[in-house]
Amino acid sequence: MDCYLFIDFGSTYTKVTLVDIDKEEIVATDKAYTTVQTDVTIGLNNALDRLFTKVKDDVRIVKKLACSSAAGGLKIIAIGLVPELTAEAAKRAALGAGARVIKTYSHNLNNSEVLEIKNSDVDMILLAGGTDGGNSECIMHNAEMLAKHEIDVPVVVAGNKSCADNIVEIFQDKVEYYITENVMPNLKSINVEPARETIRSIFMRQIVNANGMENVEKSISGILMPTPASVLKAAETLSLGTKDEDGIGDLAIVDIGGATTDIHSIGEGAPSRAGVYLRGLEEPLAKRTVEGDLGMRYSSLSVYEAAGSKVLKKYLDIEEYDLEYEFTKRHEHTSFIAETDKDIRFDEAMAKVCADISMKRHAGVVEEIYSPLGTILSQTGKDLMELPYVIGTGGVIVNSKNPQAILEATTFTMDDPTSLKPRKPEFLIDKEYVLSAMGLLSMVDKSMAVRMLKKYIVKCGGNTNGIKE
Amino acid sequence: MEKKTVVLGVIGSDVHAVGNTILDYSLTNAGFNVVNIGVLSSQEDFINAAIETNADAIWVSSLYGHGEIDCRGMRENCEEAGLKDILLYVGGNIVVGKQDWDVVHKTFKDMGFDRVYPPGTSVEEGINDMKKDLGIA
Ligand code: B12
Repeated sequence: MDCYLFIDFGSTYTKVTLVDIDKEEIVATDKAYTTVQTDVTIGLNNALDRLFTKVKDDVRIVKKLACSSAAGGLKIIAIGLVPELTAEAAKRAALGAGARVIKTYSHNLNNSEVLEIKNSDVDMILLAGGTDGGNSECIMHNAEMLAKHEIDVPVVVAGNKSCADNIVEIFQDKVEYYITENVMPNLKSINVEPARETIRSIFMRQIVNANGMENVEKSISGILMPTPASVLKAAETLSLGTKDEDGIGDLAIVDIGGATTDIHSIGEGAPSRAGVYLRGLEEPLAKRTVEGDLGMRYSSLSVYEAAGSKVLKKYLDIEEYDLEYEFTKRHEHTSFIAETDKDIRFDEAMAKVCADISMKRHAGVVEEIYSPLGTILSQTGKDLMELPYVIGTGGVIVNSKNPQAILEATTFTMDDPTSLKPRKPEFLIDKEYVLSAMGLLSMVDKSMAVRMLKKYIVKCGGNTNGIKE
Repeated sequence: MEKKTVVLGVIGSDVHAVGNTILDYSLTNAGFNVVNIGVLSSQEDFINAAIETNADAIWVSSLYGHGEIDCRGMRENCEEAGLKDILLYVGGNIVVGKQDWDVVHKTFKDMGFDRVYPPGTSVEEGINDMKKDLGIA
């Protein structure tokens, strides 16, 4: 049978997924420990050995595609001019490219900031600043600074097009640079796609330098992207569909991990009520936010900090626990697996806190402005009130006995009356962990990816018949 | 000659949008690059927009009568943000009711606005003044 093979090099596991092209179904999946320290192909081959012991038929692999978040994923520093404008647009572009944004800088950089950048272990820098034809001093100053300090990671330049030539001159023979379209060509609009593409193509070249990756690169069919980027791609594909295959419409994906919680939303997020004025930067249709302080293990202490006892109390009988002890335990033993009923309840409450706060930060807010005429409503960010679907992925949600309860924490309550969180979404689960593989599939056969996503993303508490009953 | 850039918007909690649309249209026709930030714009919104777009002038409209409060400190804030010589114009119905125009005019001039317009000013007047001020007339 003809198959596609999808590989996901994760920080802990290398996962492999074999898909039957004719039947459009998953033949088998398996995983083995990722081996970045030595040679990633070892872990990959271990996973493949396991996978193929399960497969009886003759398999002809037509295409192999991979995504990776190994070795900490893709780490980016974003630089812009005004914090709320080009610096924010650069940050959004980097997040959408599947990166971890280590830090965002704005305005003219000083020496100590550039030293900080130089001493960080980032993989790439995204340099923006100025609308097209707008401010050019800042981005040129910052380019000069990066060149002066001999920054030795690639710099993606996505700022004012009018000074692209000057920047080429500044960087020539000093810094590895890539000029792409401005992330904010004019004030009211953002343009993240070209920067995302450029980042992805550099990522591909860079990751190949990881131990053993050159061997993998030879054997895969070319597409290699950061895992979060392929999840976002899958989300977009499932939402929008293709001209042959209907998508399911607006949706959000909640991915609670050990270190971070990611939210991906696909949808315009236009006001769901009449007479609301929009404020702030335009929102990307496919938006990803990452909360570095919300995660089940590495970030457990910061979850405690972000939640405080007020939010925790919503989800947990805090009298029952020594909170300090529980959070520290998870932080110090990141491979801790909750087994007792008490620990499981604690983990689930933590997951709810992550879901709650991360969606609150992802969704927009509506503020009331008082005027002599009465109140006027102004919205910043996406309105997700009428969002039809929230999809859960990641171990805590997928392995939970009650995933719906975790996902319900993403919904609107009167605790945050100004938040535009989803009000009554339907909850779906990525039971078979297909999202990253389907993001890769959508790069080769989008309609097939839509059909398979509909089949493998299931209703919470439902059977395995997929989204359509 | 390169187009001059004007940031245009209605300041404060003011939603009067009609005049803003007309100003956008007329300024664009007169050959300016208009960055229209629309209604409900704070001083910070004007200033941020002017920084990123390297604007030559800011046109503030205020129609609902609270212009004085909304515009207070704007020149200082511009200077703080590095917008040294940017032109600041204000117009609309910038104060409540019919007050002595000389007093109103002086108040806004003292606040650092280069041009202050009474209700009913034609767009052309503002445009001609700006061409003069920018040395392109
Ligand atoms: C339509 C209207 C509304 C609509 C606005 C709809 C919308 N989204 O646009 C609604 C019903 C929402 C409304 C609400 C209010 N309004 Co009203 N509204 C008007 C009205 C009738 C017309 C405004 C208009 O569109 N004019 C047409 C445009 C083309 O003219 P313009 O806005 O003046 O702009 C021109 C010039 O002023 C000039 N200009 C403007 N800015 C600048 C800047 C520069 C640099 C230059 C050179 C020129 C310039 O050029 C523009 C284009 O020609 C006026 C009365 C009037 N006839 O002007 C009242 C008026 C502006 N409103 C008024 C008031 C008080 C209010 C309210 C506070 C309560 C109320 N009584 O209704 C609320 C405030 C809401 C808020 N938070 O903003 C008062 C303001 C009084 C004052 N300043 O002393 C007015 C003058 C009515 C009055 N005589 O009492 N309003």
